[in-house]
Amino acid sequence: MLKISASNLNALFDRIAEKQTLYIPVDREPNVSEYKKYESGMTMSKALNTVRSAKDFFFPQTENLAEFKMNGKTIEVKDIRKENEDFVVFGVRACDARSFGILDKVFLSEPVDSFYKNRRDHGTIVTMACTRPAETCFCTTFGIDPTVPGGDVSVFFDGENYFFLDNTPKGEAFVASVSDMLEDGDASKLAEVQENARNIMKKLPLAGLSTDSFGGERLMEHFNSDKWAELSESCFGCGTCTFVCPTCQCYDIRDFDTGNGIKRFRCWDSCMYSDFTKMAHGNSRNSQLERFRQRFMHKLVYFPANNDGEFGCVGCGRCLSKCPISMNIVKVMKALEDK
Amino acid sequence: MQEAMIKRAKELLADGTVNRVMGWKKGEFAYDTTPAVFETAEEIDRDFVYNDFTQANQSKYLIKESRKEGKILALLKPCDTYSFNQLVKEHRIIRENVYVIGIPGGPKIDIEKIKAKGITGITNVKNEDFTLKIETIYGVETMPFYEAISVKCESCKSKKHVVYDELIGEDGDVLDSNRFDMVEKLENMTAQERYDFWRGELSRCIRCNACRNVCPACTCENCVFDNPKSGIDQKAAADSFEENMFHIIRAFHVAGRCTDCGECSRVCPQNIPLHLLNRKFIKDINCLYGEYQAGADTTSKAPLTDYRTDDCEPSVVHERGAE
Repeated sequence: MLKISASNLNALFDRIAEKQTLYIPVDREPNVSEYKKYESGMTMSKALNTVRSAKDFFFPQTENLAEFKMNGKTIEVKDIRKENEDFVVFGVRACDARSFGILDKVFLSEPVDSFYKNRRDHGTIVTMACTRPAETCFCTTFGIDPTVPGGDVSVFFDGENYFFLDNTPKGEAFVASVSDMLEDGDASKLAEVQENARNIMKKLPLAGLSTDSFGGERLMEHFNSDKWAELSESCFGCGTCTFVCPTCQCYDIRDFDTGNGIKRFRCWDSCMYSDFTKMAHGNSRNSQLERFRQRFMHKLVYFPANNDGEFGCVGCGRCLSKCPISMNIVKVMKALEDK
Repeated sequence: MQEAMIKRAKELLADGTVNRVMGWKKGEFAYDTTPAVFETAEEIDRDFVYNDFTQANQSKYLIKESRKEGKILALLKPCDTYSFNQLVKEHRIIRENVYVIGIPGGPKIDIEKIKAKGITGITNVKNEDFTLKIETIYGVETMPFYEAISVKCESCKSKKHVVYDELIGEDGDVLDSNRFDMVEKLENMTAQERYDFWRGELSRCIRCNACRNVCPACTCENCVFDNPKSGIDQKAAADSFEENMFHIIRAFHVAGRCTDCGECSRVCPQNIPLHLLNRKFIKDINCLYGEYQAGADTTSKAPLTDYRTDDCEPSVVHERGAE
């Protein structure tokens, strides 16, 4: 397998960044990481995952869609799209890599979202296999093997070298573009590293969590469960879970009056918010219980109902770490599952 | 302490003093506690927890809870009693529908400070003589308790309960805290340095509204930022100016009412030190109108809603200089 030694990784980053914009996870505080545009000298974070998910690259928190200029009775519509630049995201974990497949089902089905599609077409995803999962990890619940991440190229670290495996034509082109920096290497140690990580996954506190009790066919039963009141009682309706979630994909489109024109933008929205999907008649979900239920029903029941049984969660554990009251999808699943 | 609280809570439920108990519920791990309302002794026995991780301020929940049928037991840490009092003062909590037991407070631990050490796979955290013994699937790690203290407890302002019907444990005193140290540091910066500091911090904001929604001083029925009729409702900042304004407007709105409970910074998923904005206002109020602590009582007039002839003039802004 093609490899590069750990000490040469930054030289590789420099090379990639010569041709394309490169994003890597960087520590902003010890073990707290975020994706940053690579600049020479930056060190890749060793933290397991970034605070914000990698969905930002394809579905940014805000983006301008169009501009309107009024001139007398004529309106000029300006196409202002900028998402036509090639870029590479390096170090994406298996959970986030899976989330792109989930987002694709939403944005690439008819009518195709061209903003999202352009970014997908122009982005190369280089993933990184996990070796040291956290207690909040439960990707295996959704059939993800964190030691074999997806993406265009998968990267595996054996403690000394990074090994590259291309999964797609785009990935193949990426590896070819840097192949002079890579050398053939002995990947025999990798199997042991992977086996070790898989064994750790089995020992994690959430290893036994199962999706057996969920799916489209359980709709009315879960919808009408009497557990929602207790589960949602201390939710104060912020959007933290939604915004750190790699699969939450709801957005709002609004017009911003600049004084001499209109900027039409879209931004992330949260089903936890009181004005979510507010229409002329008012709100469709008036209580926090209904909003809370919507979020989890969407991931565990509605999404699989509409997408061949695929769940809308990848078990990255961000909501477990970040919810201000520590309420999350794991607690919901455990409360609702068949006993 | 947990046992004493459970015992007393069950007694008060049994003798009918209260019909509900507001407390914290155990989670999946050693550290993920959730505010919860308990209605029976069985629920309390099963789920009630009070430990180094029960940081959440419960006062805001009592706005709703005190409007329900019957009386609720609130177990309030010293800092929480200030928020409670302030909400009583603002006629948001109906005092007679809450039975308050003052409980000892922190210092509480922030699990993120443990994780920042690179410790992961955490299965248990024990406090042994102020050394944390952290059991993980990768082995046992130790670190000093004081290195894991939450930001809000690091500069604790008071161990005194300013309101209670009874106490578990002893009452403490108002402390001579170091809470304005960082504010002073910011004041001593040049305007440009200060601007750069806040741009760096606030640029990370993802507008999840956690700071606003957790804030016991933010109790508007419909926030201007959520109200389409306000003309300034936003789900996203149009530019960096608006990004700053959300937090600055919020800090102005809670000025004189913010008790410095620190919940805003605790819940921020991006670790923005929002409490520093509020502390700047508190420090300025102390300096311009005399020492004032929001929530210390329920009767005094707040400096910003009271007029006195010796109040500072708006020109104080110029006297203090542009820096």
